[in-house]
Amino acid sequence: MTEPQPGRRPSVVVEHVSVDYHVKTGRKGPDGTRAPRTRVVNALKDVSFVAYENDSIGVIGTNGSGKSTLMRAIVGLTPVSAGAIHASANPSMLGVGASLIKDLSGAQNIILGGLAMGFTREQIEAAYDDIVVFSGLGDFIELPMRTYSSGMTARLKFAIATARTHEILIVDEALAVGDKQFRERSEARIRDIRDQAGTIFLVSHSMTSILDTCNRVLWIEKGELLMDGEPGPVIEAYRER
Amino acid sequence: MNLAAYAEQHGLGRVGARPPLGAYLRETWNRREFMWLLALYRVRADNQRNQLGLAWVVLRPVINAVVYGTVFGLIMGGAKPDRFIEFLIVGVFFFEFFSRTFTSGAKSITSNRALVQSLRFPRIVLPMARVLEELVLFMPTLAVLLIFVTVKGNTPQWHWLLIVPLVLLYTMFNVGLTLITSRLSVHLSDLSEILPFISRLLFFSTGIFFDLSSRFEGNEVALRILDFQPLHELLTLARGLLLDGQYTVDNPWYWLYFAVWSLVLFVVGIVFFWQAEERYGRD
Repeated sequence: MTEPQPGRRPSVVVEHVSVDYHVKTGRKGPDGTRAPRTRVVNALKDVSFVAYENDSIGVIGTNGSGKSTLMRAIVGLTPVSAGAIHASANPSMLGVGASLIKDLSGAQNIILGGLAMGFTREQIEAAYDDIVVFSGLGDFIELPMRTYSSGMTARLKFAIATARTHEILIVDEALAVGDKQFRERSEARIRDIRDQAGTIFLVSHSMTSILDTCNRVLWIEKGELLMDGEPGPVIEAYRER
Repeated sequence: MNLAAYAEQHGLGRVGARPPLGAYLRETWNRREFMWLLALYRVRADNQRNQLGLAWVVLRPVINAVVYGTVFGLIMGGAKPDRFIEFLIVGVFFFEFFSRTFTSGAKSITSNRALVQSLRFPRIVLPMARVLEELVLFMPTLAVLLIFVTVKGNTPQWHWLLIVPLVLLYTMFNVGLTLITSRLSVHLSDLSEILPFISRLLFFSTGIFFDLSSRFEGNEVALRILDFQPLHELLTLARGLLLDGQYTVDNPWYWLYFAVWSLVLFVVGIVFFWQAEERYGRD
């Protein structure tokens, strides 16, 4: 699918992108000899594809295959060593891990997150109740985020980020920590965003999630784009491997 | 078909490219409410964690002043400047705003990685909010300072109002410095270890607890250099304003010098920080 499809509006063009990491290592190798002080890791090798509006793209691959590196490069957080990435809007990324501002309450994080994304005060206050309901946090919303479990944090972040319609949204494993109910709700919201002409990248190890929400799958292995196509065949090939 | 040409044909821009300065500043201005609330929430959160809460904002510099006052009061014996206590309090209280932003503001990008990586907004908001937070904390300190100075027998006068532009310049000075240090510590993570020493060095060389102009009396070169030390200018101006003619500023040019320092640092800081906008949030 590297060849542009006529009649569809592209949202992300990834053009021969390679990413090399220069990792500082210790001065001495394990056998006591002097090893080179930096090692070059090729995290991505010559990856090209075009994503379109109304695309919901699953990204699969084993751990360390370069999925997250690709996503971070699309958002602009990881510099590319070669090639270029073009997008119709600034992509946003939802990742797992740290909360937004952990010393502040969930409620304060909703307001700040909304303002940071460019909402006005009125808009974020109007959306506030929906966000709280969607996150399912209830009374916990008044507690500092450092007291939240990883699932709660991910739910709140997802709720804040998707309160706004994004042209390009990247969801990196963020759904994996939620419970079943939340996963269903968030999958429905992902489909909504896709239907509103958005483009979504969903990095996941859950093939069910990907089959339920995606119309296209990228399979990345050892930094190379192995397959790019319909979810069914790509996931089948991935499982047989 | 060439992908780059295809992207251009559909009006797609390169990801992560930094916006031109004008657009960047407009976007920052649109996030002013974010900046303000971030500062305010942080002040509240910090205070909720201690039993005494907001009282620490004032207690901290008071304790500082008591410690330094006792130590240096004893060491220096008869060499103390006139009205030593007020002299010291003005110095310590004013310096606190600088030293707190200087040492912690540098980490405003590196300590907010989660926020920087998940949401897109002009990063300059973070260091600016940090300075704003310290400015909010400086307000009660300043109030206590004014009350204290009055109690010690300095009558409030109209020219005390000049404190407002002075604090404004001082804030711009701190914003400029923080923008520079917060970008530098992204490139050089060791910097945050060094800054406290620089701050300490400035504390001892700025004349917080001794009068620099009488210390270097007769040494023209040293006095000339001091004229251009921004924190010395600041403290001289503050003392001149608040302490009843005791420390009148014999060099009114200090207003100009300090204003130039502040404006130049402010502008240089913004440009310097903006130049690395694409770099923030990367490891």
